[in-house]
Amino acid sequence: MATLYIDNKPHEIKPGNSLLETCLSLGFDLPYFCWHPALGSVGACRQCAVKVFKDADDKKGRLMMSCMEPATDNQRISILDKDAVEFRAGVIEWLMTNHPHDCPVCDEGGSCHLQDMTVMTGHAYRRFQYKKRTHLNQNLGPFINHEMNRCIQCYRCVRFYNDYAGGTDFGVFASKANVYFGRHEEGTLESEFSGNLAEVCPTGVFTDKTLKQHYTRKWDLTMSPSICQHCSLGCNIIAGERYGDLRMITNRYHGEINGYFICDRGRYGYEFVNSEGRIRQPILHQHVVDREKILTEVSVLLKNSKVIGIGSPRASLQSNFVLKELVGKAHFYQGVSTREQSMDELALAILKDGPVRTPSMKEVEEADAVLILGEDLTNTAPMLALAIRQSIRQEPMKEAAKISIPPWNDAAVREVIQDKKGPLYVATVAETKLDDVATSTYRAAPEEMARLGFAVAHLLDQTAPEVIGLNEADLALANRIVHSLLSAERPVIISGSSCQSESVMKAAANVSWALHKKNKNVGIVLTVPECNSLGLAMMGGNPMEAAFQAVENGEADTVIIMENDLYRHSSKTVADKFISRCKNVIVLDHSHHATSANAHVLIPAGTFAEADGTLVNNEGRAQRFFQVQESANTIKESWRWLLDIGAASDNARIKQWKNFDDITVTIANEEKLFNGIDKVSPPSDQRMADGQRVPRQPHRYSGRTSMLANVNVSEPKPPEDYDSGMSYTMEGSRTLPPSSMIPFFWSPGWNSVQSVNKYQKEVGTALRDGDPGVRLLETNSDSPVDYFKEIPEKFRAIKNQLWIVSVYHIFGSEELSAKSASVAQRVPGSYLLIHRNDSEALKLTEGEIIEFQIKEQQYRLPIKWSDSIAQGTAGLPIGLNSVPYVDLPAWGILKK
Amino acid sequence: MEKPLTQHIRKDGRPLTLKEYEAVGGYQALRKILKMTPKEVQVLVKESNLRGRGGAGFNTGLKWSFVPLNAPKPKYLIANADEMEPGTFKDRILLENTPHQLIEGMILSAYAIQANESFVFLRWAYKTAAAVITNAIQEAYQAGYLGNNILGSGFDLNMHLHIGVGRYMCGEETALLNSLEGKRAIPRAKPPFPQVSGLFGRPTIVNNVETLCNIPHIINNGAEWFQKLSHTGDAGTKLYGVSGKVKKPGAWELPMGTTMRELIEEHAGGMQDGLKFRGALPGGASTDFLVSEHMDVPMDYTSVAAAGSRLGTGTLIVLDDKTCPVGFVENLQHFFAQESCGFCTPCREGLPWVEKILESIDSGEGRHEDLELLEYHTKALSPGHTFCALAPGAMEPLQSALKYFREDFETHINEHRCPY
Amino acid sequence: MLTTEEKYEIDKAIHHVPEKKAACIEALKVVQSHRRWISNETLCEVAEYMEMSPDALEAVSTFYNMLFRKPVGRHVILLCDSISCWVMGYKELQQQITKRLGITLGETTTDDRFTLLPNCCLGTCDCAPALMIDNDLYRNVTTEQLDEILKKYE
Repeated sequence: MATLYIDNKPHEIKPGNSLLETCLSLGFDLPYFCWHPALGSVGACRQCAVKVFKDADDKKGRLMMSCMEPATDNQRISILDKDAVEFRAGVIEWLMTNHPHDCPVCDEGGSCHLQDMTVMTGHAYRRFQYKKRTHLNQNLGPFINHEMNRCIQCYRCVRFYNDYAGGTDFGVFASKANVYFGRHEEGTLESEFSGNLAEVCPTGVFTDKTLKQHYTRKWDLTMSPSICQHCSLGCNIIAGERYGDLRMITNRYHGEINGYFICDRGRYGYEFVNSEGRIRQPILHQHVVDREKILTEVSVLLKNSKVIGIGSPRASLQSNFVLKELVGKAHFYQGVSTREQSMDELALAILKDGPVRTPSMKEVEEADAVLILGEDLTNTAPMLALAIRQSIRQEPMKEAAKISIPPWNDAAVREVIQDKKGPLYVATVAETKLDDVATSTYRAAPEEMARLGFAVAHLLDQTAPEVIGLNEADLALANRIVHSLLSAERPVIISGSSCQSESVMKAAANVSWALHKKNKNVGIVLTVPECNSLGLAMMGGNPMEAAFQAVENGEADTVIIMENDLYRHSSKTVADKFISRCKNVIVLDHSHHATSANAHVLIPAGTFAEADGTLVNNEGRAQRFFQVQESANTIKESWRWLLDIGAASDNARIKQWKNFDDITVTIANEEKLFNGIDKVSPPSDQRMADGQRVPRQPHRYSGRTSMLANVNVSEPKPPEDYDSGMSYTMEGSRTLPPSSMIPFFWSPGWNSVQSVNKYQKEVGTALRDGDPGVRLLETNSDSPVDYFKEIPEKFRAIKNQLWIVSVYHIFGSEELSAKSASVAQRVPGSYLLIHRNDSEALKLTEGEIIEFQIKEQQYRLPIKWSDSIAQGTAGLPIGLNSVPYVDLPAWGILKK
Repeated sequence: MEKPLTQHIRKDGRPLTLKEYEAVGGYQALRKILKMTPKEVQVLVKESNLRGRGGAGFNTGLKWSFVPLNAPKPKYLIANADEMEPGTFKDRILLENTPHQLIEGMILSAYAIQANESFVFLRWAYKTAAAVITNAIQEAYQAGYLGNNILGSGFDLNMHLHIGVGRYMCGEETALLNSLEGKRAIPRAKPPFPQVSGLFGRPTIVNNVETLCNIPHIINNGAEWFQKLSHTGDAGTKLYGVSGKVKKPGAWELPMGTTMRELIEEHAGGMQDGLKFRGALPGGASTDFLVSEHMDVPMDYTSVAAAGSRLGTGTLIVLDDKTCPVGFVENLQHFFAQESCGFCTPCREGLPWVEKILESIDSGEGRHEDLELLEYHTKALSPGHTFCALAPGAMEPLQSALKYFREDFETHINEHRCPY
Repeated sequence: MLTTEEKYEIDKAIHHVPEKKAACIEALKVVQSHRRWISNETLCEVAEYMEMSPDALEAVSTFYNMLFRKPVGRHVILLCDSISCWVMGYKELQQQITKRLGITLGETTTDDRFTLLPNCCLGTCDCAPALMIDNDLYRNVTTEQLDEILKKYE
């Protein structure tokens, strides 16, 4: 520790950080624009000037940019110095010479960093009397709105988009007072992380285009802490609602998971909540009925039929658990294909029983060598891809450290690094967006990828099984990978379930275990398909095929399908047959789909916005999402419907449970793997120190206005929250909420998201009382290494057939986000990806239709060429609505 | 009077060939230093008190000494020939006439820091120089002064000519590096200094053309000789120049410390008939005005600084009594506003504001509070407040104009017109 | 499509730098010398050849004064507007050019013969006012000489 004197008062500090970061961590209000905790310092905006004194005798001092100066022991600085104060106000005055002052019509108004900083510096009177420069705006696609006139040239957008996220279709153009940020020509921003521009931009240049369609100011939003539902990483989000519509998703800082950013699927996938495709009323045999009717009807069915329940990897632990309780453990099915279930269970076993722990995404960012086996992360777990883009800087950054350049001195570090990249090996079926930063890429069938992995493990540790018949090129690559992994201090192995090959995941486990035996501080990351896939695997349940069997052989005749479209987990033939054999199909879901179309009973479940629940991410971290809005209709959480049904059918156990806590505590107590999930968030009856709830709405000094005055002057009573210690209005405690219950970031003087600084222990580190969530799967590093031994046979192409494997799209492969209007615009058409040579051998050119059959499923798809996919294999974009489900990988038999 | 830099320049304007340069002692310094250690060369140059002729005036040998000698290759030496300071045309003379003097100076300097790659970063407008330098580099390669194992010494040096694409910023050494890397010429933060992390992140020295041309002579004649060339404490000769309404504008190599009076009255032939001297920028557009009272100030770094300005490039721009000082600084501020790279706020936004104010004063629409705003900017855009020295440089002529010619500004405002 | 000649010249520049993209300014200069200016199409072609995104190249191409991203005429007049030339009366030259050619700064004659551009300092301040047409530098230019000078360029 060191002492920093700020305006003559000593403060204990950690030396080495920038003065700006240090001052912010100490709680001082020091304005800034170009600095960003994740992007570091460049010294462009000159907003954070402070006086720095040589010593105690120096009374004059020098103005310096606090972002560019390291904090040192016994240093003396002043924030309140008159020159510094005046200069900072002057910087705002300069910025305002070209800023249009159009706050009333700007989407950023009320949550604008520029507004906050302007007020903070006290600049108000305008001395500039001349014409402002203006720019033309660009249409940047469905996600981001562009209004260049507001730009204050802080350069954060281009530093995030290009430098941090690896985007290439964006830039800074021209110079002097004419600098322009945008694309070289109008068009959709290609980066999967473009939405972050809305949060990175300190003013209203880049704003959320979907918000614009139902615009609400931040101060009018009802917001809740939530968890992204669109992949397995469990990024923390804030969901904002007004008048029953979900209006906006923004990042919710989590020091270990998503940090300051989220991907575009996570930001824009929310619109399914507002969509026409919602199930909003209970429906019995095509007729809308009321709540009582549906409860009676279902309880009668439960009593008189042989009922089974099909759960879901996209439903919360609470919903799955209550369904399991309602139908009985023996009659509960996981709702995913047998293959998917075995992959999830394998992932669980590796994380639970193996000796190697799974790192957080923050730790992945700090990895200095990465091996990816089988995952196109940008499309399956996008934020992990963003983390890897940071990890490749770790190794070359050691050079900067050698010449004493601190890591936060961003431009200088990048100058030293140039284009050097740390080791990253990407083995996948087809091209990935990380290829541009990969040391080597490897394109092959899953079997071959597994063999490569097994070979790496064997080279690391001779006791790991050996791969026989590996060709020379692959052996050489394996050796290079081994060298990189051994040279690293913090290697990470990444795999997952996307190529649906157990061998690939096992190979990844072997590599990590072999490194572990070499005493490497290694981590293994496994992605799984859905937001609660791992949670569901931990909960257990029968395979879905067994459900089909049960109905087939008469053991069951009625099914409750919860938050699950069977047609996305089994082939149409099988699903059709199953549904037609069921006497009663009860579907509990929030959105219509192929399964709900066949339901006899349809019960309107809540989406994440209308529900509380706990999910377990791929890291084994249990996290809570909180309800944002009370629905005007009968929409309720699945688990609440199931509680009501349980009560209506006099289920003794279920009848005792009244709210979220009752279920959660039961799960925590009864299921060993879930010990501790009741600690994820405070109990619903807990209040803040002042006895009040945590308000979901920001405080308004003018008080809360009546939202429905246009309908009736008598304002209805606001909804009450029985499941958490939060209120639905602005009334409540104004102290800092527990980290798991932060509904929005706000601090006096900091209306924008930059206020997150005030919620952290130190800027850029954990939230004040720890990052939320409970890691359920901590491994024991002393567990014995028991290598997987079944090495797959070499892949052999078959004439007139193609080995078809899944390929994924960030926009389209995931069920719910694809229903969002903005995301839908980015979903590609269907296709089959094959090697150009294979295509030409078939005398087919790109775009022509290829016909093939997988099992009983026929496909007619346009061809898309790849120059790198292994010959004899093909990629099918599974999950797109236009591509019928099939269990992959499988042989596709070509039609002549 | 010795004129080491220019004495061999031919009257007919044809550049010295390699043979001709060798005949007057060219490349002897190279032979000499190859027997010295790099450190010895650094010490010699440091002791000579050669100060950077690009404008900043930093001790050249001292600058070199910050390069880590044992750093692995590559290291870079760059000749800053992007002479773009308005009013400055001195390096052009050296580039066009004695290219080998520059090349030899570069080889010596590269040896002193053990650089093995070098670039001449040349202004696009210097078309003649481009041809001359291209040819001379070729000659030097053929003669074995460049390339691998120079004169059998084991020392390697490659040299390339890079022609810029027009941007004042490129004169700033770190912006020049960005430009050489194919990037926008925005300056870099220091530290790290280019000596540690420069071109492509490698140790790099950037020296001005005139600075580099002095090196062979210092090696040949010693530090003491070099110091004695000067009238004053700052060593060597200086290429001085005069432009504006004088009888014979031009550039001359003279002892460091020659007075402004001698330059204007003697070498430039005095003011044009009917005009009186009102002031001059002593070292290019980004220096403070000197006025009549400074006529006898020796034009060296120390004395000019003491007179409240900077020697800069040593090329005077003369303001006469029939030229409007407000229009004069308006033109300068237009230049600086145009050439701002747009990276930091005060420069990007402040300079156009200053320009607009001056425009309005000049066109008779100025207000008295505008003068306060101008004063404000001269203080707000001072060194350290901006990312690089461009805007502070721009403020130098403005602040001194406000000081020496304030009545002109006031007349514009009071009479709502330009009195000139 | 870049011509063989253009590619040859660009490759030469690439040879001098450790990273291909470091030669991108040279590449732009090369194509401009052949095509007068850099159209969007040209920009994309060069970007592809330099293995850069068009946006990354545009960031550079729009920064420098002597890279033309708008069409210019067969001959480009660069009129020095810097301080020494201002003192020595470049404005009169400018007025004369406008009178003769009917174009002001930034404009091109309708017959595509001349484009007039301002230029900050040609580095010949002792011979002000100065202007440059294509590669030819003219010093101490008087309004009377201007007609003669312009005549040389068809």
